[in-house]
Order: sequence, then C-alpha cells, then structure tokens
Amino acid sequence: MWTYLLRRVLAGLVVLLVLSFGVFILVSLSGNPLAALQANPGISRATIAAAAAQLHLNEPLVDRYWGWLYGLLHGSFGVSYTGQPVGSQIAQRLLVTVKLVVPAVILSVLIGVVVGVISAVRQYKPVDHVSTGLAYLFFSTPVFVLGLLLKDFLAVDVNRAVGHTVLFTVGENTPGITGTWNVFVNGVQHAVLPVLTLTLVTYATWSRFQRAAMLDVLNADYIRLARAKGLSPRRVLFVHALRNALIPVVTVVAIDFAALIGGAVVTEIVFSWNGMGQYLFNGLTGAESPDVYAVSGWLIVAGTAVVVFNILADLLYGLLDPRIRNA
Amino acid sequence: MPEPASDLTPPGAPPALTLVTDAAEGLAVESRGQFRLALERFAHHRLAVAGLVVFLLLVLLSTIGPVFWQYSYSAITDQFATGPSAQHPFGTDLIGHDLFAQVMEAEATSVKTAALVALIATTVGTVIGALAGYYGKLADVLLMRFTDLILAVPLLAVLLVLANKLSKQAGSWFWIALILGLLLWTTLARQVRGAFLSLREREFIEAEHAIGASDRRIIFRHLIPNAIGPIVVSATLTVALALLIEAVLSFLGLGIQPPEVSLGSLINSGQDAATSLPWLFFFPSGFLVITILSINFIGDGLRDALDPTQRAHR
Repeated sequence: MWTYLLRRVLAGLVVLLVLSFGVFILVSLSGNPLAALQANPGISRATIAAAAAQLHLNEPLVDRYWGWLYGLLHGSFGVSYTGQPVGSQIAQRLLVTVKLVVPAVILSVLIGVVVGVISAVRQYKPVDHVSTGLAYLFFSTPVFVLGLLLKDFLAVDVNRAVGHTVLFTVGENTPGITGTWNVFVNGVQHAVLPVLTLTLVTYATWSRFQRAAMLDVLNADYIRLARAKGLSPRRVLFVHALRNALIPVVTVVAIDFAALIGGAVVTEIVFSWNGMGQYLFNGLTGAESPDVYAVSGWLIVAGTAVVVFNILADLLYGLLDPRIRNA
Repeated sequence: MPEPASDLTPPGAPPALTLVTDAAEGLAVESRGQFRLALERFAHHRLAVAGLVVFLLLVLLSTIGPVFWQYSYSAITDQFATGPSAQHPFGTDLIGHDLFAQVMEAEATSVKTAALVALIATTVGTVIGALAGYYGKLADVLLMRFTDLILAVPLLAVLLVLANKLSKQAGSWFWIALILGLLLWTTLARQVRGAFLSLREREFIEAEHAIGASDRRIIFRHLIPNAIGPIVVSATLTVALALLIEAVLSFLGLGIQPPEVSLGSLINSGQDAATSLPWLFFFPSGFLVITILSINFIGDGLRDALDPTQRAHR
C-alpha cells in the first residue's frame, strides 16, 4: 500500500516535471511579451532592453526554465510579467475557483447520482425518457450558451420581477461590502448563476455514468440472488446495487473535479470571475502575453490537483471494491 | 449472393415498393449481413434516425442554401439591427449582415471543421492504436507512453497557445481543425489497442498467420473490420466534441477569424447585444445546440447498432 502510494507520487512528480518543461518552452516560444512595448514609438530602446533583462529574455531558454525551477523548489513561483508575485495571485484565484467549483461539484454529484439511479430503476419509463432528454440537451449545449442564457435572460427577468438586483451576473462579489453576513449573502447572490451553469453541464454527464453503472449492476446475477433470498427491494437497491454502482462514478467525479480546479475557464469568463481559468486565459492571451511565469505557476497547481485526485480516486476505488484492494 | 427481387416483392405490390426493395437489395449485395443487421438496429433507434434526418437537413441547407439565398454572408445590406422579417428571416446584425446567410455559412464552417477534426483524430487514433496493439512489445510501450503524455497535456492550455498563434493565419478553420485533430485521438487509440490486443490472440488470426497472410492483410482485412464499431462511434462523438470545442475557441475569439464565420464566432459577436437584439444570440445558438444534439443522437444509435455489447448504456 505505502510502496504503491510512493510509486504513484513519484510518477506524478515526473509527469509534472516533464510537462512543466514542455509548457515552459512552448509558451515562451509562442509569442513576444515585449511586442506592445516595441510597437510603441514613445518608448526608448533602453527601456525595452531593461524590460527584457528584467524578464530574463536575454538568457537561453533552458537557463530560464532552470531558474524558474530553482525558485519553485525554494518555495517561490516567481514574478509574473505584470510584476506581481505569481504565488499570492494564484492563491487568490484558487480561492475564487474553489467557491465556484466546490458547490457545483457537490450539487452535480447529488443530482447526478439521484437522477442516474432513478433513470436506471425506471428504465424506459417516462421519467427515464425525460431525464435522458434533459441530459442530452445539457451536454449538447456549450457552457457559454447556457451561461449567456441565464445571465442575459433569466437574471434580467428575475431581477425585474423582484424589483432590485438579487442575481448578480458580473464578478464574484461586490467590492466595499462590510459585515460577515452581508459579504456571505452577496457572495451567494453572485454565485447562483455560475454555479447553476456549471452544475447543469456537469450533472448531465455524471447522471449518464451513474445510470449505465446502475443498469450493469441491476442486471447482475448477485442482484437476482439477493432478490430471490427475499431481501427488501430497498435493501437490494441501496446496499447491494448502489454501493457497487458508485465505484465507476467515483473515478469520473474525481478526475473531472481535478480538471475543474484548473478553472472552469468558460464559466469564469462569461460571469467575469477572477479564478484560475481566467488567470490562465489572461496569461496566454492578455496584454503581456505570453506570461510564462503565470502559466507555469498555473500548470503546477492545476497539474498537482490532477495527480493528487487521480491517486485519491484509485485509493477510493480500493475502499469501495475489496477485490482491487487485495490485488 | 443477391437475393432475387421476387422474394422481397409481394405479388402485385405498387411500383413505389419495388423501388424500396431495389434499394434494400443494393445494400444486401454490398454487405455481408452484418452491415444489414447494424442498419436495421440503427433504424429501430428512433432518436438516432431523427438526429440523422435533422443533421442531413442542416448540411443540405448550409451547402445548397447559400446558392439560392439572395444575400451572401459577407454582403452588407442597408438594414441594420432589424428583427426577423420576410426579407431577413433571422434579422440583421449591427452592421447590416443578413443573419440567415451568416448562420448558413457558419453552420457549414463549423460542420466542415468538426468533420475534418474527426477524420484526423480517427485516422491517427486508429493507426497508433493498431500499431501498438498488433506489434506489442517495444512499439506498444513507446506508443502508449506517447499517448499518455498527450493525454496528460492540459488540453486547454495547449489549445489556447496554438489557437492564439494559428487562428490569425489565412484559412483559420483548417488550422483549428488540424490542432484539434492532433490532440483528440488519445481515447480512440487506447480503445483500438485494447480491441487489437484481444483480437490478435483469437483463432482466426492464428489461422491467417498459419496460411502466411501478411501483417497488412491481417490488420486491414480482419482486425480493423472487427474493431469498426468503437471506431465509428468514436468518430461520431468526436464530431460533436469538436463542434463544442471549436465553438468555445471561436467564442473566446481564438478560433475561426473574420471574414470566416462559425457558429461560435457569431454567438460571440451577438452576445453584447443579446438583450436588445436577442435574435443575434438565439439563432446561432439554436443551430449549434441542434447540430450537436443530432450528432450525439446519431452516435448513440450507432453505438447500439455496431457495438451491441454496450446496448444497455443508452
């Protein structure tokens, strides 16, 4: 068990190292962060040269990567091209993303599992057809279409009906609000629409997984045996079937959740949340792009989340399925 | 063997029926039974058939429509921001483009891009999966580690970097399709490898080896046809995925660039005026969602038809 864990962690570190090198080089080569300065006739050559020196642009690429890695191993993410320390920026961004992603994932798991199980138990009944139709509709709808629909139509109508703004559509909070309770309420008002958007697209996929897993299990011989023994339908469903049908879903949820830590880019952009996804997007396409240090910092945090949650998913798998634990 | 027409045609059937059986007979000649069975299973999946009909209609409209429509997608009319009317069924945008012409053009661009993505991804995925699964050993290790690496790459970051760079070039739809195609083949490669690993141990492949068949013959005549189910299903679902990703990239301004239009870029330009000029948002969005939905239904029907082991997973 412990050797297994150690091996997985080491493999993850190697992947992160290789990826960070690849991304560092790719991003560095993808553009010129000084383009805006150079295009401006009012800026002297000396200023540009100083900026280039400050960003280490005169050094060979591998040296730059080495310098970044050295800093990282000494606990520093470096300074982004906009002049702010990447570490504290990412910490702020991560908090914003977590406020969006964690509620959405919790809601999606609850809705996805319940809908999937009901759909499987009532296969080909009206409730199954309705939930199937909705799931197809939601995963065929691009996130930004759903987000714009909620933002430009639902929110406007709701706010008009109530008479004042209850659903905010821009940003993660209103600056200048004081008092713990007020800040909390304000945050919730900002979060409703983006969380709803993310939940609808996420639950749709998960409910399909849950339904498929549940159908597999319900058709298995041991379920027939459990019924034949005369166990109550409820006991068969929850103790014998659901527990096993949750196993494949756990993996999917863990991996999708890890990917979302890197940012729900489109949702964040539609609702102007300053989260991880927005940070990556700005780093790659903003004014000072490509901002290698910002992007590399993002990669380390997002990549670590993926590695950690993959390992967690496998451990959980073992917990739920003794056959894997013993293997 | 083609069946004689008289077996299929009831005596005294009207001519229209004869036409139908002719078509069926044509298929029977080409197929070796399996194809026919799959076709019948597909035809039983009502949503899949509906999806296919809707998708074909959309393709037809977007390819033939512009020939007959009075406005070109790039022509600027003297009517700005007018709502849907008889003259402009989908209305016009802020600078006077006819939105119906634009949506048709955008639909064509989006579908064309997604189809090319699916073609590239399916070819690369099948070839890599086939080589790894058939030759095994070192080839397998190298190809699968390569696949793992591509799979571990943060798709989004790479897409943003490359799209940002390449979308500024002429014929941007081609470059976008190329990037997406070269990144989206990994799942299929793993599936094909898995299928090949188990197929190559079967007796009929052993028999082929025994009679001295070449590797090429075994792969193309025996292994790929036996793994065609997952390949076709994956190709279809890749079309849907590519439509979604291309739309997102274009929405972020990194995909299809003007003068070309795609559904994503139309939604992007319509979003600022979404509340005051809702048609600029609803028509392109509606076409995008309906296109993706119809392809997902087709994929679902194909899975039932070609991959009966996964039957229950609708």
